[in-house]
Amino acid sequence: MTDPVLSVRDLSVQVATPAGAKTVLDGLSFDLMPGETLCLAGESGSGKSMTALAIMGLLPKPMCRIAGGSVRLGETELVGLSDAGYRQIRTARVAMIFQEPMTSLNPLMTVQQQLTETLLEHGVCSRAQAPGRALQLLRDVQLTEPERRLKQYPHELSGGMRQRVMIAIALACDPEVLIADEPTTALDVTVQAEILDLIRNLQRDHGTAVLLITHDMGVVAETADRVVILRHGQEVESAPVRDLFAAPQSAYAQELLAAVPRLGSAPARPEKPQGDTVLDVDELSVRFDVKGGLLNRVKARVHAVEDVSFSIRAGETLALVGESGCGKSTIGKALLGLVPWDGSVSVMGRQIRGLGPAGLKPVRRDIQMVFQDPGASLDARMTVGDQVAEPLLIHGIASGSELKDRAEHLFRRVGLSADMMTRYPHEFSGGQRQRINIARALSLSPKVIVADESVSALDVSVQAQVLDLLQELQDEDGLAFLFISHDMAVIEQVADRVMVMRLGQVVEEGPRDAVLRDPRHRYTRRLLSAVPVPDPTRIRPERIETESLGSPIWPVGQGPAKLALQEIAQGHRVAS
Amino acid sequence: MPAYLARRLMESILILLGITLVTFILLYLVPADPARQIAGRSATAETVQNIRDQLGLNDPFFMQYWRYLTALFQGDMGRSYLQRAEVSELVASRLPASLLLMVAAIVTELIFGLTIGIVAALRRNRPADHGLMIFSFVSISAPQFVIGILLLYVFAVKLGWFPIGGYGSFAHVVLPAVTLGFLGAGWYSRMMRSSMIDVLGQDFVRTAQAKGLGKARIILRHVIPNAILPIIAMIGIDIGLFMSGIVVVESVFGWPGIGQLAWQAIQRVDIPVIMGVTMISATAIVLGNLLADLVAPMIDPRIKTK
Repeated sequence: MTDPVLSVRDLSVQVATPAGAKTVLDGLSFDLMPGETLCLAGESGSGKSMTALAIMGLLPKPMCRIAGGSVRLGETELVGLSDAGYRQIRTARVAMIFQEPMTSLNPLMTVQQQLTETLLEHGVCSRAQAPGRALQLLRDVQLTEPERRLKQYPHELSGGMRQRVMIAIALACDPEVLIADEPTTALDVTVQAEILDLIRNLQRDHGTAVLLITHDMGVVAETADRVVILRHGQEVESAPVRDLFAAPQSAYAQELLAAVPRLGSAPARPEKPQGDTVLDVDELSVRFDVKGGLLNRVKARVHAVEDVSFSIRAGETLALVGESGCGKSTIGKALLGLVPWDGSVSVMGRQIRGLGPAGLKPVRRDIQMVFQDPGASLDARMTVGDQVAEPLLIHGIASGSELKDRAEHLFRRVGLSADMMTRYPHEFSGGQRQRINIARALSLSPKVIVADESVSALDVSVQAQVLDLLQELQDEDGLAFLFISHDMAVIEQVADRVMVMRLGQVVEEGPRDAVLRDPRHRYTRRLLSAVPVPDPTRIRPERIETESLGSPIWPVGQGPAKLALQEIAQGHRVAS
Repeated sequence: MPAYLARRLMESILILLGITLVTFILLYLVPADPARQIAGRSATAETVQNIRDQLGLNDPFFMQYWRYLTALFQGDMGRSYLQRAEVSELVASRLPASLLLMVAAIVTELIFGLTIGIVAALRRNRPADHGLMIFSFVSISAPQFVIGILLLYVFAVKLGWFPIGGYGSFAHVVLPAVTLGFLGAGWYSRMMRSSMIDVLGQDFVRTAQAKGLGKARIILRHVIPNAILPIIAMIGIDIGLFMSGIVVVESVFGWPGIGQLAWQAIQRVDIPVIMGVTMISATAIVLGNLLADLVAPMIDPRIKTK
């Protein structure tokens, strides 16, 4: 029996709150064996990130403290270790990568400086050898053009590249343990697949033990050997990954796994009577100017959206899917008049091209938006009741007691109680806030709702509830949804039709089952194959080789080649 | 970069043109009559009228403005009404002293302001922080003439460490520079403190800790360079504040700079000198901002000079 590299016993963490110390991690114990991947899984607030920070000695001071327990790294006890002692441990023996690659690197230092600094701190090599070592590390993490990357600054790299740099830094001293805190959550699904592959390969080559923290059961299934499920700071279940997915013992694990959307398992969409067309978009283009030169003239344009056409009928959900920067959110903003656009858009048969603010006002009664970040899209200094009622006031639809009645009705409609109306946004959970946003969007009884990544920031169990709410609203009122998302499994659950976008253009569109179960375009296939599957028994298919996406920025007068869509089946059209 | 510089210089010239117009209008509307000032109290109305004709003060506004502008483009800032000298000569003889004072004051306020801000941020919510923030509050609130006179009394009159006034040696610069920099030190310490606190909470600082770096290296290499970025733009704007401070401080310390020149000219409605000093100050502000914008991309690789 080998000894664990990392052994956590009865670890408790407390956070100071105005109401006194609150225990956020309560008596957690686990062992991490050499070469093993252990996943800490759980929803937000489960204490999984706290565990990682506690091990690293990086708990935010003075608010958080370890209240008890022990963390042993080999023979070294980490709890109570001095700052100087911890400096010898961090990155040298336990390294960590974080969720946000965009902000985890110093924007003022080159990649090389940030790498060599680590090497020199721990005396891995001499100053003269450091650049060579840094280059080798970038090769190890399979960064393209490593020589050039060394001289670059973080803002010149994509999210995936930055996470590779973070991994290179973490592996600089060949640590015994790598802690990865949601390492792929902020990344596109194809990039996520590459990063997870990379971590697996590096682990195999170096024998590093990995403690992976994630909320995504798909990631758990694809990477873990063993899983610890946390909830409210306590262990709910601990099991080898196959046992957990095959037969979860605890009620919470069963619930959690049941709530995970599984690509390919969504029930068939109900047959609906053909409704009237509520939104008709023809050759919509959005371009942003890039200025420069002596007279600050337009030098180039970002072709965010190129000649996209679609229409949505009442009671129908059209899903827009694609990776970051593909233009899907820009389409949503254009429809609401939030960015300048070209082309033709009609809402309920009314052309909105060329309408000014006054002309757009009545149109906005018919089309409303629900944004991604439920907290940031509410005003923190206004009661939620007032925020839901505000559109009714602005449009002069109701006032006085009628306004109050309407707002109360909306609250009940989205599953909240009317007495919550006098509270402020910070008193609600993320899921409740998104319900409030939905209530606000519904207040004008719109015909179309643009839902831009509306459930992406929510935990899976909450996500399922919000999706149910949206479905219910559609069934009752015949609402049409333009559902923008990067999450294929969510899209499969809600969409009647799917449009796949890449670099501002549509590459494939059609009925849900045609696009998701019989994808024809290379890009659609790649997207689908990259989605982590919450089934540890499945053998991972060979990944489709990545190709560089290209850039949406073109000099004035030039533009991307227009993709022609060919109909290969009823309503299923694919770019050649 | 050359295109950016050319565009910014063009913009700067346009801004300065606008400033000449606004200043000219303001001085035109001032009820005081320069001709009366030149002629003296006992002069007859006829003499005053003659002086007005001589100076072209009876011409329509736009003619006067046009005359001023065409001369200005030939490097001629006019002639002082009261001192027998060209404005450009007066300004040129006074400018070095003021520039010296300004540079000394900027250095003073940056050294004090940044140090105080850094220390306060690192000792956040502890007694040192509270003490330093009270100091910065006082330094922002205190009028400069009060500070100047107080410093003079304590360090020149009582202790005799520095001369009471005048110009010439390093010792002469200290008190005026400290007086002038006192206000800025308060501002910069507050800005630096909040900027530091902001940066200390950033993810990359946590990354630096996770690397096992020492506290000194994290602060010096990762935190301070990032925290100082928003300050750079402020230094450019700050030069404008200096110009108003310089008038007061130069009078208190008898410093022979353009602040004093401006003060005398305003009292005696010496319009060409007022215009000259205003143009020099405006140019300094515009150049200061331009300089700040040119320095920023050298420190922050994310800023591109388009």
